[in-house]
Amino acid sequence: MRLHEYQAKQVFAEAGVPTPASQLAETVDEAVDAAEEIGYPVAIKAQVHVGGRGKAGGIKLVESKDEAREAADAILGMDLKGYHVSKVLVEEAVDFVNELYVGVTMDRGEGKPVAMVSTKGGVNIEEVAEEDPDAIAREHIDPAFGMHPFQARKVVYEAGVDRDVANDVASVLTTLYQLWDDRDGSDVEVNPLMITSDDEVVAADAVMNIDDDALFRQPELAEMGEEAAEGDELEQKADEYGFDYVRLSGNVGIIGNGAGLVMTTLDLVDYYGGTPANFLDVGGGAKADRIANALDMVFSDDNVDSVVFNIFGGITRGDEVAQGINQALEQFDEIPKPVVVRLAGTNAEEGMEILNEELVTVEYTLEDAVQRAVEFAQEVEA
Amino acid sequence: MSVLVDEDTRVVVQGITGGEGKFHTEQMLEYGTNVVAGAVPGRGGQEVAGVPVYDTVQQAAREEDANASVVFVPPAFAADACFESLDAKGLDLVVAITEGVPTQDMARVYRKLQETDTYLVGPNCPGLITPGVAKLGILPGNIFSSGNVGLVSRSGTLTYQVVDNLTERGLGQSTAIGIGGDPIIGTDFIDALELFENDPDTHAVAMCGEIGGEDEEEAARYIGEHMDTPVAGFIAGRTAPPGKRMGHAGAIVSGSGTGTAESKISALEDNGVPVGDTPEEVADHIEDLL
Repeated sequence: MRLHEYQAKQVFAEAGVPTPASQLAETVDEAVDAAEEIGYPVAIKAQVHVGGRGKAGGIKLVESKDEAREAADAILGMDLKGYHVSKVLVEEAVDFVNELYVGVTMDRGEGKPVAMVSTKGGVNIEEVAEEDPDAIAREHIDPAFGMHPFQARKVVYEAGVDRDVANDVASVLTTLYQLWDDRDGSDVEVNPLMITSDDEVVAADAVMNIDDDALFRQPELAEMGEEAAEGDELEQKADEYGFDYVRLSGNVGIIGNGAGLVMTTLDLVDYYGGTPANFLDVGGGAKADRIANALDMVFSDDNVDSVVFNIFGGITRGDEVAQGINQALEQFDEIPKPVVVRLAGTNAEEGMEILNEELVTVEYTLEDAVQRAVEFAQEVEA
Repeated sequence: MSVLVDEDTRVVVQGITGGEGKFHTEQMLEYGTNVVAGAVPGRGGQEVAGVPVYDTVQQAAREEDANASVVFVPPAFAADACFESLDAKGLDLVVAITEGVPTQDMARVYRKLQETDTYLVGPNCPGLITPGVAKLGILPGNIFSSGNVGLVSRSGTLTYQVVDNLTERGLGQSTAIGIGGDPIIGTDFIDALELFENDPDTHAVAMCGEIGGEDEEEAARYIGEHMDTPVAGFIAGRTAPPGKRMGHAGAIVSGSGTGTAESKISALEDNGVPVGDTPEEVADHIEDLL
């Protein structure tokens, strides 16, 4: 789960990371009032989960009331790489001489957190990591001990940070690690951390990603996250149903159990000449209602021309799945889109027996089921 | 023969009194697994499916001479349950079935694991099975058959699919291990491949990976450098769009050239591992390799 910049900054500021004066605004008037209060120049920044906001026109620096009004009017309501902008952060523009990157993340290969500092701040750090990995100083942290102060100093000096501000940067890094640790962060970053001509450090942006699996013990952040939720209407519906769902651009709807098997089904749709419309994993042990919800989700996507169910029961029972499919389909006078079902594993035979074959097409192997669904979709398109 | 699990495996079930714990204990017993004890704090002295329950894993291991545990406790307590089993001297194997364990919790468990000789399989995994002998976890026993193909997979249901394709053409399995798809897991591909390489009765290995992380690339290098036993592979997620998370915590493609299906497939092929386009083709390759 990812917080918006304004939310992450609030969390950072409370923890003691210096941040510029700022106010959130949802209307042009609010934005102008905020700019007047903070004093020019200010930056007006779209609050959406999109990288490269500046380049896409989502961040504007303004020096007067008229400019503030014009910029707020342009940004509020704009479509930024598919995301609707409904909030802007109006923020004191920092006069800086240098920009750094400071962050903490999990190194999954090592199974350890890693603290990172780079003097190449203010740019896309992923690109730096790829093109010039040595430009980022890294220090792995033993999760049993946490970050020792010397480790923060070590990575800061290693990165070549100016010694006049080294202590302040180390202190920001220490705070970020503490936040990462206490708040179940997955990525906690400041980019850029600006250095002013007076040798002050200021967090000009803030990234905070939280481990979804740990939200149960971070109620305050979970609430912020709900506010930050955005994106596809169907993806939000999937969140409500509790599905792992990703909308794709094709026309074959795919429902299955288990991420690896669902991905494999997508790959086979592609292999047999079709295009997947979505990834939908009902998870383990799905009961009839959940299966019916899954079908409802996929039917409500207008791009879908056919649907394939691929269930390999372990903990999931084939008879439950079959009941759910019948339950979902029996409410229609006419089935909106052809449905192909493949059931294997636990109670698959019982499931196959109760499936209403007037409503669905039954196949016995994964390959046959996928090919059939692709054929159905092609017939619709033709 | 087999790896990690055989007729001498004596199992403690952590969380045996819960719904999942009880159901799968019964399933494991029915399959022939020696489930010798349960461990649930405050429930010592009870019995579940004829199995005695203790308050701690330590007591269960001592009283019933157990050497393995299976964790069926909720995510918030799963790491603590793993610590408890790693602390109980004498356990060779801990299998964590629980899905949704916080990553930072697992980082601490992983850290502890480095100080022990215990194998931890999981979390968020279906467990492992030596067909006809014993299963630890939630795998549907009836699809497996005994034989000489080792199987290691990051995905539970994909394991079942590939096993189904193998069994269908008479290719039985020595041991099948679901290692789980989380960012931090105990036993990884390389650990499992090393075990299979050293098992004289495993004659070929099927390895099922997916997008995200670099474990498959590292495993491919290991195979090239250290293995004589032939391996066939499968990688799920070829069609996954960059930047989207596909269910498994690890199954996200960063779009930066590593962790993609292409990079994994070419790493495997460069190290002599044929990769199937479909699960059925994995079985074809295994047939050719034997």
